Amino acid sequence: MPSSLLWAVDIFGRVYTLSTVGQYWELCKDTQLEFKRVSAVKQCCWGIACDHQVYTYVFSGDVPIRYQEETYENQRWNPVGGFCEKLLPSDRWQWSDVSGLKHQQLDSFTLPSPHWEWESDWYVDENIGGEPTEKGGWTYAIDFPSTYTKDKKWNSCVRRRRWIRYRRYKSRDIWAKIVSHDEPDQLPDPFNDISIGGWEITDEPLGRLSVWAVSLQGRVWFRRGVNSHNPCGTSWIEMVGEMMMVTVGLNNQVRAAGRVQALLPVLRAVSLDKGTQGLNWEGKGLNSALKVTVSTSPVWQTGSATEFCSASTISVWGIGCDDRAIYFRQGVTPSELSGKTWKAIVSGRESDRSQTGSSTSLLSAGCFFTDDIQNQTSAVIQGDADPSSDTELAVPTSPGSALLGAAAKANLEMKPSANANPPAEPQWINIDLKEAQKQPVLSVSSFADTSSLSSLGTFSVAAEDAYGADEHPLWAWVSGGGCLVDLHSPLKWFTPNLGCLSSSVQSLSLSITPAQTAAWRKQIFQQLSERTKRELENFRHYEQAIEQSVWVKTGALQWWRNWKPHKWMDVRVALEQFTGSDGMRDSILFIYYMYHEEKKYIHVFLNEVTIIVEVLNEAKHSFALYTPERTKQRWPIRLAAATEQEMHDWLSLLTMSCCESRRIQGPPSHHAIWSVTCKGDIFVSEPSPELEAGPQLMPCDQMFWRQVGGHLRLIECNSRGVVWGIGYDHTAWVYTGGYGGGFIQGLASSADNIYTQSDVKCVYIYENQRWNPVTGYSSRGLPTDRYMWSDASGLQECTKTNTKPPSPQWSWVSDWYIDFSPTGGTDREGWQYAADFPAPRSCSLLKCKIVTNGPWLEVPPVTLWDISIIPSSDADDEEAVALWAISDKGDVLCRLGVTQQNPAGTSWLHVGTDQPFISISIGAFYQVWAIARDGSAFYRGSVSPNKPAGDCWYHIPSPQKQKLKQVSVGRTSVFVLDKNGNLWYRQGITPSYPQGSTWDHVSNNIRKMSVGPLDQVWVIADKVQGSHSLSCGTVCHRTGVQPLEPKGLSWDYGIGGGWEHITVRGNATEASRLAVPDTAEENLAVSKEGEDEEGKGKTEHSKTPLMVSESQELDRNAVNC
Amino acid sequence: MTDDKDVLRDVWFGRIPTCFTLYQDEITEREAEPYYLLLPRISYLTLVTDKVKKHFQKVMRQEEVSEIWFEYEGTPLKWHYPIGLLFDLHASNTALPWSITVHFKNFPEKDLLHCHSKDVIEAHFMACIKEADALKHKSQVINEMQKKDHKQLWMGLQNDKFEQFWAINRKLMEYPPEDNGFRYIPFRIYQATTERPFIQKLFRPIASGGQLHTLGDLLKDVCPSAIAPEDGEQKTQVMIHGIEPMLETPIQWLSEHMSYPDNFLHISIIPRPTD
Repeated sequence: MPSSLLWAVDIFGRVYTLSTVGQYWELCKDTQLEFKRVSAVKQCCWGIACDHQVYTYVFSGDVPIRYQEETYENQRWNPVGGFCEKLLPSDRWQWSDVSGLKHQQLDSFTLPSPHWEWESDWYVDENIGGEPTEKGGWTYAIDFPSTYTKDKKWNSCVRRRRWIRYRRYKSRDIWAKIVSHDEPDQLPDPFNDISIGGWEITDEPLGRLSVWAVSLQGRVWFRRGVNSHNPCGTSWIEMVGEMMMVTVGLNNQVRAAGRVQALLPVLRAVSLDKGTQGLNWEGKGLNSALKVTVSTSPVWQTGSATEFCSASTISVWGIGCDDRAIYFRQGVTPSELSGKTWKAIVSGRESDRSQTGSSTSLLSAGCFFTDDIQNQTSAVIQGDADPSSDTELAVPTSPGSALLGAAAKANLEMKPSANANPPAEPQWINIDLKEAQKQPVLSVSSFADTSSLSSLGTFSVAAEDAYGADEHPLWAWVSGGGCLVDLHSPLKWFTPNLGCLSSSVQSLSLSITPAQTAAWRKQIFQQLSERTKRELENFRHYEQAIEQSVWVKTGALQWWRNWKPHKWMDVRVALEQFTGSDGMRDSILFIYYMYHEEKKYIHVFLNEVTIIVEVLNEAKHSFALYTPERTKQRWPIRLAAATEQEMHDWLSLLTMSCCESRRIQGPPSHHAIWSVTCKGDIFVSEPSPELEAGPQLMPCDQMFWRQVGGHLRLIECNSRGVVWGIGYDHTAWVYTGGYGGGFIQGLASSADNIYTQSDVKCVYIYENQRWNPVTGYSSRGLPTDRYMWSDASGLQECTKTNTKPPSPQWSWVSDWYIDFSPTGGTDREGWQYAADFPAPRSCSLLKCKIVTNGPWLEVPPVTLWDISIIPSSDADDEEAVALWAISDKGDVLCRLGVTQQNPAGTSWLHVGTDQPFISISIGAFYQVWAIARDGSAFYRGSVSPNKPAGDCWYHIPSPQKQKLKQVSVGRTSVFVLDKNGNLWYRQGITPSYPQGSTWDHVSNNIRKMSVGPLDQVWVIADKVQGSHSLSCGTVCHRTGVQPLEPKGLSWDYGIGGGWEHITVRGNATEASRLAVPDTAEENLAVSKEGEDEEGKGKTEHSKTPLMVSESQELDRNAVNC
Repeated sequence: MTDDKDVLRDVWFGRIPTCFTLYQDEITEREAEPYYLLLPRISYLTLVTDKVKKHFQKVMRQEEVSEIWFEYEGTPLKWHYPIGLLFDLHASNTALPWSITVHFKNFPEKDLLHCHSKDVIEAHFMACIKEADALKHKSQVINEMQKKDHKQLWMGLQNDKFEQFWAINRKLMEYPPEDNGFRYIPFRIYQATTERPFIQKLFRPIASGGQLHTLGDLLKDVCPSAIAPEDGEQKTQVMIHGIEPMLETPIQWLSEHMSYPDNFLHISIIPRPTD
């Protein structure tokens, strides 16, 4: 889990942050301003400074916040001057938007606020729908408005071209003042409270945030247009209602505290993007109470709570009224919202302050503050108890009582307990709260009088004096909205600073912990292996003192019988493990069944099993066993267990036994081939040297795959052990070097390097309707139609109630909502239309989430779409590894600082593009190829170790107007895949002309491909027919790939049925052979020599000079092995 | 990168090649051949020597056979010490195989405990585990376990089932994340040169300042003679499982990874060989 920050303001208005991996409070980088109040989320922080202005603080990330402005230049042909600026009166303006309806001159574009800057000047886009245009970027048509083409024809009377310019948000890592141009008079009084939230509103685009504020007079404001592309938003709009406080939760439930009402009103904002519509304040009472024991600290002055679905934790923070320390509420869970105990944060500041701050700092209002929690769970912080006695306080709902609110039915709500008595005086601003403790009710509910706010006044000098350098900081405000607390990795905030890290406590840092590289640890490993050598080497023939016995596990499972009609039948299963003469264990699995009253059995030697894979099946906990024979048949042995636990026990045991019989243990090697199934399960296979070359090629149905914990959508690796993955929620993960995880528990799993991983994916169902003359579109369909609610194909009925998460490991994390963004677009209610089915329909989706574990660590904060790692084979530990990626927004990124020791790298370098990209690949000689969203291919020029981002993009025309979707570059070969499943090879690539000349068709029926460092080609084939059944999503290996035949000859079919992704980019078997680290040039020279020795013709040299003669190289390798 | 799990495996599968010979004064019907065996370091002599007993009984008259005991170069070997400890303490830096003399007579009552059945070993083993957990977790973990879990620990050791043993022992090696370690480290320090059987004291894994205690800290505290003076030459070897961990090794890590199955860290301090 990545680090996150807790924000707090001390009584002098200085803003501090505390990182979840840190131990010290760090002063905010921008110290120009003093703040009254801050509200933070992960990406940014909003605050009200002492000048009553609103500021926002955006972290500087690796990816710039940029916005593309565009405008079109239009021209018409006339017989005299050819194409010119003179247009007909009926034509559009010379400069217009894409539709031609809006006049848009280049100089009419201005920066929206001083926080933006232009990235470059205007330039012409030379690309139309994935096709490169002629120089100048003109596209031609017969007339406006029309279809434009890149070719000028005899009847092309008009032309236009697109100009683009980027602006970039520059005010990062500083407090950027929110300026209001348009409504200066609408904001008469200064803001008093501000809250940011809403980062997980399910039906809003990603990156949307809700900022709410309350002015001193109690007016409520909402900031329009705040999102990740526009951190400042556009304007304030006033909401109805008169409130004192406002808080926003992650789902945009807004709560505000009225200043008259005793209860806490709840505001539901129905559609915030549409402004003020649909707002209604809803008074929500507290109808039951909960006992909370507050034994340590009295009156809580302020607090905030947030829930994070990723950690399933709710964090509640509070500031103690008398000691002004920040407390964390321990043990708060969705089921036990009140938590257990308060724990004080004892972290000190990074540097002790030398002088005290200004005494003009305003103390922010001493009232409560809550952030909302998902599931409409809002948190409470308002503790009060007598500090001298551990009192258990019951919280009745009657007015005027002491408060410690917590409500049942997952609706824990803060209640500024309605005080029937008029508040006596605003004692809650008094720092000396010894008095106030005796009147807790007053202290919490006395914000009835706004006028007192202005009298908050300054801090007493005495308090300031008390704040010496040795004292802990005195806090005025805390915001935990951006702070993710992980249950599994304890915070270091609650204990005095530790000198060094315990080796047993997992460190969150991505690089290797000091404990793992420590000399003592190395020495233990070394000595243990020396001891084993010394004490066992010459004595292996001795008898063992303890005999190993045959061991059997039996159980009852169900088996998908292999005769018709196919169905599940009850069977008895026994696994027999025995120790062979060589001391290694082997196992046989027996399945006993009844056939026509006759007892029969089948058996499988586990050393023949190639994979054991869990099968996605809602009704059964089932898994499949493949052997090479059964892979050919596409007909595995399928078994089902009664419970998930039982299935995992069997899976774990069988997987362990298979690994044992194949002598495989520990983490996968650097050369391992990784693959991912449609379930998100990760499998890894150790390539044998015969897989790519050798006198006898190993068929790929004999490859043994074992599972690694975690859940990923795709995975990429290289031959130096750098492995990255991307989850379904686009989170980037880096491999930690561990093994096991998931259901593989205990000893088959490494102890270190296994971390919690979560992933979120969407389940879609479609509502289908038909138009009928009487009622219009209705859900009454024809009998032949699809189900009213169905899956995407319409063949399977799915309703909102019967749709279950993909497996019991998944849980729903959202309500059904309508997807407005399917391809083709929808109307305002989310419907798509067609003359007959498959439309009209609307798509509903539900998010579900899995929490598992595996050898993966998150690489925050950028979420990714694609990754490629240079398949380097020259082993130099220190050398940086080139890694390119595409963010889920389509930005091209280049990772800096990736080495074998630190596979996570350090930071992203943004590489500008004119449109979003979807696929990227880097070859062994730094050839970077990419595919844009419009299906066009690009080559990046001049990428080298010294110039990691290269210089510019070259547009490569696509093969025969196909829209491309994936590219993979091996050592020298470049392959692309189009959206119709065709695989193409780039012909004519030479070192002097790396872009190549033409595309050659290789194969169809391909879903995904991976080209490795030996230029080997592996793909996921769409459909493969076996002797018994058809499998979709099958791993295939291109055979006959030679330097002269880079396209190969035919396909060899491997494991399949549900495979989604494979990467062979780690399998550079030649690496092991090069004992001395070679530079690329030497490497090349060696291979040339090799070719000469073998008497290869010169033609080959000139044609593919970079190419290494694979077969011979590997032959030698095979001999060596 | 090597995993800490591999240490557990290496510790468990440590074997000492041993040559058993019958004591010369034992009366036999025919000549007793020596018997060669790979002894698990983590087990107990009387638990793994059924074969040895059977082998020598074949050549002896029934009436001559009483309780078996073992001796190495004149020192009776305590069966209730793990085998690895006995070897490190008495026989490290000697040539392999380890040559153990087998006796059936003159049981040295003052040196050795009787071991009439495997139940005695089990009782001793479980008592050690319980003592260790009392130190580590105030006995909370071991008391929460069921009878069958206790049995699994013992059966794991008896049948050399690493997985079976560690499936349970794992729980004994856990601690609350906020504590950073055990309450006290269960350890025993043995010295070949002294009469005292071993040193055992209360020792916390974390110093009051929060830093981790190391093996060196432990020795300094409880056995200062084992540590070389600032300028002097190291005259002793500090052995665990036949290796010499660096004094900088955190004691908590050692306790988690290099304890014997009885959950104690058995540390031998022996004179450094002069050559």
